[in-house]
Amino acid sequence: MIEVRFHGRGGQGVVIASEVLAKAAFRMGFEVSAFPFFGVERRGAPVTAFARIDSKPIRIKSSIYEPDYVVVLDNSLLRGVDVLEGLKPEGKVLINYPESKKLQNLPPKFKYYVIDATSIAAAHGIGSPATPIVNTAIMGGFVRMCETISLDAVLESIRESAPTKEEENVAAAKDAYERTREVTM
Amino acid sequence: MRMVMTGNYASAYGAKLSRAEVIAAYPITPQTSIVEKLAEFVTTGELKAKFIPVESEHSAMAACIAAQTAGARTYTATSSHGLTLMHEVLMWASGARLPIVMTNVSRAMAPPWSVWVDHMDSIAQRDTGWMEFFCQSNQEVLDTIIMAYKICESRSVMLPAMVIEDAFILSHTEEPVEVPSQELVDSFLPTYSPEYKIEVGKALGFGSLVRPDQYMEFRYKAMLAMREAHDRILRVEQEFKHIFGREYGGLLERYRCEDAEVVLVTAGSVAATAKDVVDAMRARGVRVGLARIRAFRPFPHAEIRSIASKVEGIAVLDRSYTFGAAGAMYTEVKASAYSCPKRPVMKNYIAGLGGRDITPKILEKIFEDMLVVAKRGAEDEVEWVDVMGVPRRWK
Amino acid sequence: MTKSYEELPLTPISNEPSTVNLTGYWRVIRPIVDKSKCKKCTLCWKFCPDAAITLVDGEPLINLQYCKGCGICAFECPTKCIVMVKEGEL
Repeated sequence: MIEVRFHGRGGQGVVIASEVLAKAAFRMGFEVSAFPFFGVERRGAPVTAFARIDSKPIRIKSSIYEPDYVVVLDNSLLRGVDVLEGLKPEGKVLINYPESKKLQNLPPKFKYYVIDATSIAAAHGIGSPATPIVNTAIMGGFVRMCETISLDAVLESIRESAPTKEEENVAAAKDAYERTREVTM
Repeated sequence: MRMVMTGNYASAYGAKLSRAEVIAAYPITPQTSIVEKLAEFVTTGELKAKFIPVESEHSAMAACIAAQTAGARTYTATSSHGLTLMHEVLMWASGARLPIVMTNVSRAMAPPWSVWVDHMDSIAQRDTGWMEFFCQSNQEVLDTIIMAYKICESRSVMLPAMVIEDAFILSHTEEPVEVPSQELVDSFLPTYSPEYKIEVGKALGFGSLVRPDQYMEFRYKAMLAMREAHDRILRVEQEFKHIFGREYGGLLERYRCEDAEVVLVTAGSVAATAKDVVDAMRARGVRVGLARIRAFRPFPHAEIRSIASKVEGIAVLDRSYTFGAAGAMYTEVKASAYSCPKRPVMKNYIAGLGGRDITPKILEKIFEDMLVVAKRGAEDEVEWVDVMGVPRRWK
Repeated sequence: MTKSYEELPLTPISNEPSTVNLTGYWRVIRPIVDKSKCKKCTLCWKFCPDAAITLVDGEPLINLQYCKGCGICAFECPTKCIVMVKEGEL
């Protein structure tokens, strides 16, 4: 079983990102479960979402405490939230991070991947220029980080979930997949 | 067609496929997406129903009662304080023998204010004369709504039913659900045709005054109906299995109870997690099992007795509490087991109130405690699990 | 951090107003006011859903400890003297 935790802020589409992943895995024939951190959510407030993927039916209904993967849609959370809490040893982290800066000062026991999802989303006109919506772009990065999920399944899942600009969202994810790179601490 | 959806959407699809004709509901977290989805189905014409946006949950049930009395198949959904606000009208619905089906998204009562899961709201309705079905998966939610209409509308039953989803854990969690075709559901569920209904041109009054010399007889008839519901539930499930290929174990789903030393009895989504724990412990040679209360009303007395006579210990996990007594499910399980010639040791664990997570670790500790208690007896018959400041460590 | 049920009161009570929640950190974009264009119409103050704007001589003073960056003030401003800019990234 793979367990994933997503971090973002209310309004950034964190919950949708977890659904896109679940539906992509489901398309591939996996059994899935996706849920938000159950609580009152407000635009701008830190939000967490989760997903489980397995080859057999998933019965477990308690929360995820030791994820295998962590995805951070908004790097400003790195200051206020312990996004690495419970991450399994050898766990992998994907962070939406600007291309111009160097990700550093994080525990070296985990593997880190970065992608400038904000710039990619903005370049494809997703969301407003002031606040691009990064949740589809970052899923392209997830595929690069987690080899179990196929890019095609994720792209189809994005097409299904995007309320508008399906092709722009798909292109953003593809772009992110190409440009996501691993970073050593 | 198999789709990934939340428990709330599963409820909405269940009501839609059951061809509910009148839907009256009031929004409350975390039920709102059920009603929003149904409103969408009605707007697009996918569901031909009258949607009544009412001003409170009390009115929602009143509207369902009126519509059902006029011969329509009705549906509503609520949660927590919405359900308890409906309480007096729930009594009316069952006394009037109206087969209304309702989803309750089981949520804790305030204060303290909470939007998270526990069963206090559902359990508090156990005297209303409604059937109560606790679900452990989104698939079960959809299937149980369809089955409920068939069970409820049987002439020998004619009682309302609530289908219970755990707040957030089922209502807002997305899982794969097989959504049957309308044709398949139509082949299983006939149209609603009551013996009595309000009709223009026919003089009939409902809800008349009955003096002490006949009141008991009406209640006796309802008692017989609830007793008959036990068999109807089993038969309808077999019919459902024949057409749709799925079943849920009747009123009490037994999982690896056959040669168990200790069995955990519980209801709702925690039972699904407990199955994983049973498997893990069995793999180490520990003989434990799980019995899931799927129908709390009518209560599975005979089924509990058949387990109680074969095990050393029964642990009952209640996700609610009856102040001044014990957990409601524990009380009923214990009463069922009382008439067994050889009684097991029994203990009540109160856990998961207000959405407190019940993890596999906690469940394993409960099993381990019960295995010891089954041999030595319990110091405390009722124990609250994972409360800060209470010495025992559960995490 | 609560360690025991014994520390809690009978029933949950709040002895502080909700203003103790400094929600400014929720912000992803922040409002900047160009006073030279402000014509003191006070619409921004009226529309702010969080009452995060006070008027000083008729001009808006935005309390950044509470402002959640919803952008309504900028949207409603008739002279567009309020502009939303991105909060600094890490």
